[in-house]
Amino acid sequence: MKKIIALFMVAVMVFAFAACGTKTDANGDKTADTSAKAVKVGFIFLHDENSTYDKNFLTAAEEACEKLGIECLKKTNIPEDNTCYEAAAELIDSGCNIIFADSFGHEDFMIKAAKEFTDVQFCHATGTKAHTEGLANYHNAFASIYEGRYLAGIAAGMKLNEMIEAGKFTAEEAKMGYVGAFTYAEVISGYTSFYLGAKSVCPSVTMEVQFTGSWYDETAEKEAATKLISNGCKLISQHADSFGAPSACETAGIPNVSYNGSTEAQCPNTFIVSSRINWAPYFEYMIKCVQEGKAIDTDWTGTLATGSVELTDLGKVAPAAGTAEKIEEAKKALEAGTLHVFDVNKDNYITVKGEKLTTYMADVNTDANYEKDTEAIENGFFNESAKRSAPYFDLQIDGITLLNSEF
Amino acid sequence: MSSNNKVHEPLFHVVKRSNIPTWKSWIIRGLSILVALIICGLVTVIMTGENPFEVYGTMIKGAIGTERRIWTLAQNTAILLCVALAVTPAFKMKFWNIGAEGQVLVGGLATAACMIFLGDKLPTWLLFIVMFATSMLAGALWGFIPAFFKANWNTNETLFTLMMNYIAIQIVSYFCYEWSVPKGSGHIGTINGATEAGWLPAIGGKAYLCNILIVAAITVFMYVYLKYSKHGYEISVVGESENTAKYIGINVKKVIVRTMIMSGAICGIVGLLMVSGTDRTLTRDTAGGRGFTAIMVSWLAKFNPIYMIFTALLLVFLQRGAGEISTTFGLNESFSEILTGIIIFFIIGSEFFINYSLKFREKEANK
Repeated sequence: MKKIIALFMVAVMVFAFAACGTKTDANGDKTADTSAKAVKVGFIFLHDENSTYDKNFLTAAEEACEKLGIECLKKTNIPEDNTCYEAAAELIDSGCNIIFADSFGHEDFMIKAAKEFTDVQFCHATGTKAHTEGLANYHNAFASIYEGRYLAGIAAGMKLNEMIEAGKFTAEEAKMGYVGAFTYAEVISGYTSFYLGAKSVCPSVTMEVQFTGSWYDETAEKEAATKLISNGCKLISQHADSFGAPSACETAGIPNVSYNGSTEAQCPNTFIVSSRINWAPYFEYMIKCVQEGKAIDTDWTGTLATGSVELTDLGKVAPAAGTAEKIEEAKKALEAGTLHVFDVNKDNYITVKGEKLTTYMADVNTDANYEKDTEAIENGFFNESAKRSAPYFDLQIDGITLLNSEF
Repeated sequence: MSSNNKVHEPLFHVVKRSNIPTWKSWIIRGLSILVALIICGLVTVIMTGENPFEVYGTMIKGAIGTERRIWTLAQNTAILLCVALAVTPAFKMKFWNIGAEGQVLVGGLATAACMIFLGDKLPTWLLFIVMFATSMLAGALWGFIPAFFKANWNTNETLFTLMMNYIAIQIVSYFCYEWSVPKGSGHIGTINGATEAGWLPAIGGKAYLCNILIVAAITVFMYVYLKYSKHGYEISVVGESENTAKYIGINVKKVIVRTMIMSGAICGIVGLLMVSGTDRTLTRDTAGGRGFTAIMVSWLAKFNPIYMIFTALLLVFLQRGAGEISTTFGLNESFSEILTGIIIFFIIGSEFFINYSLKFREKEANK
C-alpha cells in the first residue's frame, strides 16, 4: 500500500514539473494577429465583483475588450499602496502596453510606474494629477456624472411632487436625505447636482446629508439612511458603494434613487432610478488611440453624448407618472447646451448664504495646501469637469444641510 | 448503553509519540503538503474544470517567475517575518498578543507624521533617527498599555490587544482624512513625492534591499536574544510556569511589560518599513492583515526565528502564487484563497501526526 502511494506521489511530482515546463510558452505569441498596433490591456481593480463600484468597471472592461477583440489581464483586490505599482509592473512584464487602474488611491503608484515605463500608457479613473504631472504617458479619466445625478434628481423631484399631491406631506415638508462618503469634491458635486435636479421640478425641496467616512461600509450606510428617514426625509439617495442605503429604504418603504447601477432586484418597491458611469466608451477610446498611435487625452471627460453617463431603466413600482418624459426633456437640453446644471444666474436655484455666485476659485491643481487656483465660473455657470476630468465643485449651497462634516 | 459485555475496541486510537526522529517528522510534513496539493488539484478540477498542473505551474510562476517577482516575494517575506519576530517573544511567554496589526499601524502613523511635519526641517540622518525613535516608541506604547494592565490587574490580553487594533485603525483613519490630498478625499497620497525626504533609500538600485537587510539584522538579534540572553531565558520560564518563575525570583510583571514593549517596538519598525521603505504613504490597510498572519508564521516555526524565515516564505509564496492564479485563469480571488486554506490546513494538521500516532486495532483480537 505504502509503495503504491509513494509511486503515485512520484508521478504527481513528475507531472507537476512537466506542467510548469509547458505552461511558459502557452501564452507567448498570441499578440501578432491584430492588423493595427498590438494592444494588451492590464486592468487593476481595488476590489472584485462583490463591490458595485468595481463591478461597474469589470463589466465595462470585458465588454470593451470583447468588442474590439483585445487581450486583457485583470488584477482584482489590489490595495491602494505599493502593491498597485507592483501589479502594474507585473502586467507590463506579461506584455501589457496599456495599464488602467480604477481607484482614486491608486494614482500615486500609477504615476510612479508611468515614470519608469515610459513606453506604456497609463490610464487612471477619478484621479486629479495628470494635468499637473506633465507625463506624456499618464492620463486621467472621469465622466460628467453630475449631469446623470441631475437627471436622477428630476426623478426624485417628480416623486416628491406626486407624494405632495397625494396629501402625504406638505410642500414645505419635502425633504430628501443623502448618504455621502466623505466631504470630497466628487461627493459634493454629486449631491449638489442631485439636489438641483430635484429642485428644478420641486422648488420647495430641502436636503440633509449624512457622511459615513468610508467609501464602502454597509453598516454605516444603512445606519445613515435609517437616521435620515427618522429625521423625516421622504426620499433617500446615496454616494457610497454598498447596498446599505437602498436596503434600509426598502425596509422602511421610502423611495430611493440609487448609484452605480440598478438596485431594483434587491429593492423592487422603492427603487426609482440609478445613474451610473459606463466606462466602456473610455476603454474603447484608449485602446483605439494606442492602436492608431494617437495620443490619449490627458484629461478625458465622458458625457451623455459619448454614452459614458447613463441612467438605468426606471423602477416598475416607485417612479411618479411622467418621469421618463421629464428626464428626456432635460437630457436633450443638457446635450444641446441650453441647460447647465450649475447655472448661477437662474433665480431660486444656486445661492450661497443667500447670495448668487459670480466668481469662485476652485482647487483644481492638487497640492497639500488646498490652494484655490482656478476660476471655475464662466459664461454664467460653474464649469464642472472642464479644467480637469475629476469634479471640483465643492461649494455648500443653500437648501442643503450637512448633519456631520467631520469626514 | 447495552448489556452486551463484549468490549468494543475502536477501529484505532491515538497514542502520544514519545519522540520522533527529525527525518521522520520531515517526511510527515512533506507528505502532508503532497496530499494537500492533490486535494487542491481535485478541488480545482471539480470547481473550475481547469488543469490542476497548469494551476500549480501558474502558482510557481506567479511567485518566482521573474526577477521582479522574486524581489517582491523577498520584500513581502521580510515584512511578514518582521511582524512574526515581533510577536514571538510575547507568545513564548504565553502572552497572546494579537495586537500586532495595531502596533504596526501606530508605528506607521508616527513615521508618516515625522515625514510630513519634519521632512523639510531636519537633515536626513537626523530625520531617520527621529523616525526610528518615534515609530518604535509608538509601537512600544501600544504594546505597553495591554501589558501594564495584564501585569497589574490580570486583564485578558487577547481581548485587550484586539481592541487596541480597532483604536489604532480609527486613529489612522482620522489622520488619513485630516492629512488628505486633495482635500476631503481620505487619501494622504505619496508623502514628500518631490523631495523624497524620509524615504528609505534604494541600495544598489534595489528598492527593497534596505528593508530586507533591516529585517535580517532583527532576525539575528531575535535569535540570539531568545536563545542566549538572560532575558530570553526568563521569557521561556515565565511561559512554562509563572509560579516557577516567581519561585526562582524572576519579576514576572517586569518580564511581561518589558517583553511587550520590545514586541511593540519591533512592530513599530515594521510600520516604518511599510511607510518609509515601501508605500511612502499611510492607509488604514498599511498593516494589511500581517499582524494576524504573523501569528501563524510564528507558531508553525515553533517560535524559532530561523525556521520563521521558511514559514514566512511559504505563506507569502502561496499568497503571491494564488494572486497569479486569479489573474491568469480569470478566477475569483476567493478561489485561490480556498487553495491556500487547504494547504495551510494540512500543514497545521501534520503537526498532529508528528506528536501523535494512530494505533489500529488488530484483526485477531476481535474474535
